[in-house]
Amino acid sequence: MKETLKDRKYTKTHEWVLFNEDGTADMGLTDFAQEHLSDLVFFGLPNVGDAVKKGCAIGDVESVKAVEEYNSPVDGDIAAVNETLLDNPGSVNADPYGVWVVRIGNITAEGELMDADAYDAFCTEALKDEE
Amino acid sequence: MEQKTALYACHVACGGKIVPFAGYLLPVQYGTGIIAEHMAVRTKCGLFDVSHMGEVMLEGPDALKNLQYLLTNSYIVMDPGRIRYGILCYPDGGVVDDLLVHKISNTKYFIIVNASNREKDVQWIREHLQGDVTFSDLSDTYAELALQGPLSRQIALKLTAKLPEKYYSFLSDCDVSGINAVIAQTGYTGELGYEFYVKNENAPALWNLLLQAGKEEGLIPCGLGARDTLRLEASMPLYGHEMDETINPLEAGLNYGVKLDKDFIGRDAIAVHPLRRTRIGLKAVERGILREHQDVYLDSEHIGRTTSGCYLPYLKGAYAMALVEVGKVDTGDTVYVDVRGKRVKCEVVPLPFYKRTRVL
Repeated sequence: MKETLKDRKYTKTHEWVLFNEDGTADMGLTDFAQEHLSDLVFFGLPNVGDAVKKGCAIGDVESVKAVEEYNSPVDGDIAAVNETLLDNPGSVNADPYGVWVVRIGNITAEGELMDADAYDAFCTEALKDEE
Repeated sequence: MEQKTALYACHVACGGKIVPFAGYLLPVQYGTGIIAEHMAVRTKCGLFDVSHMGEVMLEGPDALKNLQYLLTNSYIVMDPGRIRYGILCYPDGGVVDDLLVHKISNTKYFIIVNASNREKDVQWIREHLQGDVTFSDLSDTYAELALQGPLSRQIALKLTAKLPEKYYSFLSDCDVSGINAVIAQTGYTGELGYEFYVKNENAPALWNLLLQAGKEEGLIPCGLGARDTLRLEASMPLYGHEMDETINPLEAGLNYGVKLDKDFIGRDAIAVHPLRRTRIGLKAVERGILREHQDVYLDSEHIGRTTSGCYLPYLKGAYAMALVEVGKVDTGDTVYVDVRGKRVKCEVVPLPFYKRTRVL
């Protein structure tokens, strides 16, 4: 398992959010998410300008066997999407915390977010439930 | 409650991600992941636990007569040691299961059936047996391992002196480093490969011997996920997808396994009704991953549904097989598949998507 970084926050649906100095926030998938999905083969990205709501789906990601939605950690609108994911979805498997998926701007509210320690505890519980 | 195969502990030891499948607990993948496992089979070699498959035996003076009546294919002209595909049909022509018949002798046939259909097949066969024949379900005594990939032969020869030389042939009573096995040159991947049938108690030893023997060749264990992507890439049909009780073998494109010039259960239904549907291959030509049960459109006309689909790792594209109305499309035509509400443009491509280059 890759180390959960302390510079960012986490959601219960396994997205990470990093608040930037310019007021935007970057969102990506956590190591727990990419481990569970395994090899990613496709990213469905939202459009720049789309309004997003905290806890609601903004796009989907496909592994070989499954399709999963990913959710926005905040209320706002899409400022940018990581187009490298169109040709290289597997980069998220290799470097989940180094590869951002969308950048959100005009943030008006945050969803339920956990810090790194709380997220680690949450994941430990989630793994126990799976057994 | 799911059963464990004889190799369960081996899967856990290899880091397998265990899931329930056809009443068994099996690895969908290992730490390597489906793509790496798929590519290993295409370029080197992979090892699969396929012990969930069913093994049954038909034996006696009327064994052949029963095969001829139960199955769509003909088994009259067949040497011992050969294997032949067959399909069990309902009277209306729908499919009960597809299977492989291994001829041991004129009066003894070893048959491999799909794991998910084993109980159904056993009941169906028992209900339709005629004459002097015995039928036994040996599934719980046998484990099956599949060694698949271009390097499979050289790996297997490190452990056994003799291998079946021809595709769809088998050898009984083989000695694989002291383990008794039936070895068949069969597989569900589209690569050169062998399937080993051994008694349950010998399965873990054989698994470990094969992994050790294939280490320098790059042999890795592979799970159900890669088994599915490999068979789809080779356009091999899967029961419950390309055929089921509502689809007849000719619609599923299994003409090579159907001999209409003899009598079998379902023959008249298949022969009398003109073909209304057919299996085709599709390749997505714009972004999107095709999956099963998605609607297929020719312009705005709904012509059928996909039966299987996914991203294929070797061909590096999104492909699907579909069952569509006959006569509507040809190779090269454009159709659209509804992928969760979005129309994805596809090209009709020939089957199989992938065919290995055979080295003489």
